[in-house]
Amino acid sequence: MIQLVSFYIFASIVIASAAMVIFARNPVHSVLWLIVAFFNAAGLMVLIGAEFIAMLLVIVYVGAVAVLFLFVVMMLDIDFAELRAGFVKNVPLGLLLAVVLAAELVLGIGAYQAGAVALGTPEAGAATVSAAVPNIEAIGGLLYSKYVFMFETAGLILLVAMVGAIVLTHRKSHGTRGQSISSQVQRRPEDATRNVNQPVGQGIEL
Amino acid sequence: MELNASLSLVRPEIILSFSALALLLLAAWKDQAGRLISILAVAALGAAAAFTASALGSGASAPAFDGLMVNDAFGNFSKLLIYIAAAVSLTIAPRFLEKAGAMRAEYPVLIVLSCIGMGIMVSATDLISLYIGLELQSLSAYVLASFVRSDGRSAEAGLKYFVLGGLASGMLLFGASLVYGFAGSTSFAAIGLAMDKEVGLGLIFGIVFILSGLAFKISAAPFHMWTPDVYEGAPTPVTAFFASAPKVAAIALLMRVVLEAFGSQVLVWQQIIIAVALMSIIIGAVGAIGQQNLKRLMAYSSINNVGFILIGLATGTEQGIAAMLVYLTIYVAMTLGGFVCLMQLKDKDGNYREEFADIAGLSKTRPALAAAFAIFMFSLAGIPPLFGFWGKLVVFNAAVAAGLLPLAVIGIAASVIGAFYYLKVVKVMYFDDAADVIADSDDKVLVWTGGILAAANSPLGYFAIPVLGVWTAVAAKALF
Repeated sequence: MIQLVSFYIFASIVIASAAMVIFARNPVHSVLWLIVAFFNAAGLMVLIGAEFIAMLLVIVYVGAVAVLFLFVVMMLDIDFAELRAGFVKNVPLGLLLAVVLAAELVLGIGAYQAGAVALGTPEAGAATVSAAVPNIEAIGGLLYSKYVFMFETAGLILLVAMVGAIVLTHRKSHGTRGQSISSQVQRRPEDATRNVNQPVGQGIEL
Repeated sequence: MELNASLSLVRPEIILSFSALALLLLAAWKDQAGRLISILAVAALGAAAAFTASALGSGASAPAFDGLMVNDAFGNFSKLLIYIAAAVSLTIAPRFLEKAGAMRAEYPVLIVLSCIGMGIMVSATDLISLYIGLELQSLSAYVLASFVRSDGRSAEAGLKYFVLGGLASGMLLFGASLVYGFAGSTSFAAIGLAMDKEVGLGLIFGIVFILSGLAFKISAAPFHMWTPDVYEGAPTPVTAFFASAPKVAAIALLMRVVLEAFGSQVLVWQQIIIAVALMSIIIGAVGAIGQQNLKRLMAYSSINNVGFILIGLATGTEQGIAAMLVYLTIYVAMTLGGFVCLMQLKDKDGNYREEFADIAGLSKTRPALAAAFAIFMFSLAGIPPLFGFWGKLVVFNAAVAAGLLPLAVIGIAASVIGAFYYLKVVKVMYFDDAADVIADSDDKVLVWTGGILAAANSPLGYFAIPVLGVWTAVAAKALF
C-alpha cells in the first residue's frame, strides 16, 4: 500500500517537474526543476529495488551533470528571448520533428504489442546473483574482483583526461607570483625585521 | 592467488602504468625535463618489450582476469610491434617539439599511457576490455594531436579527431550493446558460441556497428575522412606515431574480434571486410594523386595500406592472418621511415617543410636523404627488390589460396594506380630542377633512424623473413 502511494507521488512529481522544465521562463529555474525530476526518478528506482541506479542518478546526474548545466546557464549570458524570436520561421521544421517522433511512438507501441524480442541468454557459466544480496554489494563484488583491472584502467583514463586538460589549457603567465614554500620556511625573523633606535623628531627612514 | 596469476600475465601493462605515474611525478618536480623523461619512457617501453618478448618466446596462451584478457602469442607479437613503434616515435620527437616550443614532459607520458591502452586492446577478449583499452589509447591520441597548441592546425587536428573519434566510439558502443543483448554475454568466446547457433537481425546490426567503429579507428574507407586532416595538422612525430602503433593495435583488435567473437559465421562479416578493403585501396590510391602536402600524401598512403592489410582478414584463414601480421610489420617500418625522412626536411632557417615543391631536386642537394626517401616510396609502392613487395606478395597469396581471386586482382590493379603517386615523389626528387630549400640535417638521431629503417626496407630485409615467418605463424595460430 505504502509502495503504491509513494509510486504515485514520485511519478506525478517527475511528470510535473519535467513539464516545468519546459515551461519555466527562466532557464535557471528549468535546471532546478530538472534536479527535482532527477531526485524523484531516483525515488522510483528505489521502489523497484535498483538502489545502485538510484544512488547513481543522485550522484552523477544531480551532483555533476545538473550542477554543470546550472553553471553553464548562469555563466553564458544567453538571451533566450532572442532565441525564441525565430519561432514562426521554424514552425514547419518543428512540426516535422513532432510528426517523426509521433510516428516513432506509434511504431514503438506496435513493436511492444507484437511481443518480446528474443534476447540472448547468458551462458551457463555467467555469475548469477542471489536475491538476498543487495545489488550495490553484488556490483561492488564484481567490480573489485573480476573487473578490478578494468576498474583501475578506467582510473588511468581519467588521469589521461586530467593530464590532457592541463597540457592543453595551462599557461605559465609571468605576471603572477607563485608560492615558494622552501624560501618561506627558510626565512628567519632577522631577515625580515630590524630593530631601530629611533631618535625623536628626526623622521623615519624606510 | 587467481588475481596474482592474472597480474603476472599483464606484467607489461603494469610496468608501463607504474612508469607513467613515476614519470608524471618526476615531471612535476623537475622543470624542463622533457628529454630526460623521453629517455626514461623509452627505457620503460624497452622493459615492457623484454617481458613481452620472453612471453612470446614461451608461446603459451593463458586467460587473465576470468576471461577478460588473454596472454597469447598473437597479443604479444602485436605488443612487441607497438612498443617498438612507440619507442621510435619518442626517439625522433625532441628536436621537432623543441623547435615548436612544446617539448614538455607530458608527451612521453601520454605515449606510455597510450601504449598501456594498446596493450589492453590487442589482448582483449571481452567487449569491456576492448572498449577500456580503445578509449585509453584514443583519449591520449586526441591530446597528442593538439600537443603543439600554439599552432592552429594542431589544435584543429585535435578537435576534429576528438569529435569524430567520439562519434566512432558511440557507434562501437551501440554495436556492443546490441551484440551483448542478442548474444547474452560480452565475452568473445560466449558471443562465438551464441553465434554458432543462429544469427538474428539484431546481432548483424550489432556486428555492423562494431565493425564501423573499428574501421574508423584503423582509418579504413568509408570512415577515413578524418585521416588526411589529422595527419596534416598533428605535429610530425605524433603523426608518425598515429600511422604506426595505434594502427597496429586497432587492426589486431579487429582481427581478434572478427575471428574470436564472430569467427563461427564468416559469411556475415566477410562481405563487409571485402567492401571496406576495396574502398580503402581505391580511395587511398586515387585520393593521393592530387595532394601537394607530403603529410596528406602519407595519410592517403596509410588508408591504401590498411586496405591491403584487410585483404588478409577477408580470407578468414590462418594463412591470411599470418600474412596480415607480416604486412603490418613491414608497413610499420615503411611508414615510420617515411615520416623520419619528412622530419629531416628543414630549410636554412630551421623551419620544417612538407610540400612537394620543397623536395624538388632533392637528389642534388641531399643525395642520401633522397635515396632513403626513394627506398621508402618504392617499398610502399611494393616494387619488387624492396621489402614492401614481400608484404603485398604474402597477402595476395593468402587471398588466392582462400579463393578470393577477384579481390586479389582488383587489389593488384589498384596498387598500380597507387604506384603513380609514390613514383611522383621519386620523380620530383630526382628529375625536377633543384629548388634548393632543404638544408643539411643537424639531427644525428633522425639520420641514424632513417638509415636503419631504410636498410630494413631495402632487399636486406629479406634476411628477416625466416624469423618473421615463424613468429607470425605462431601468432596467427593463437587466434584459431
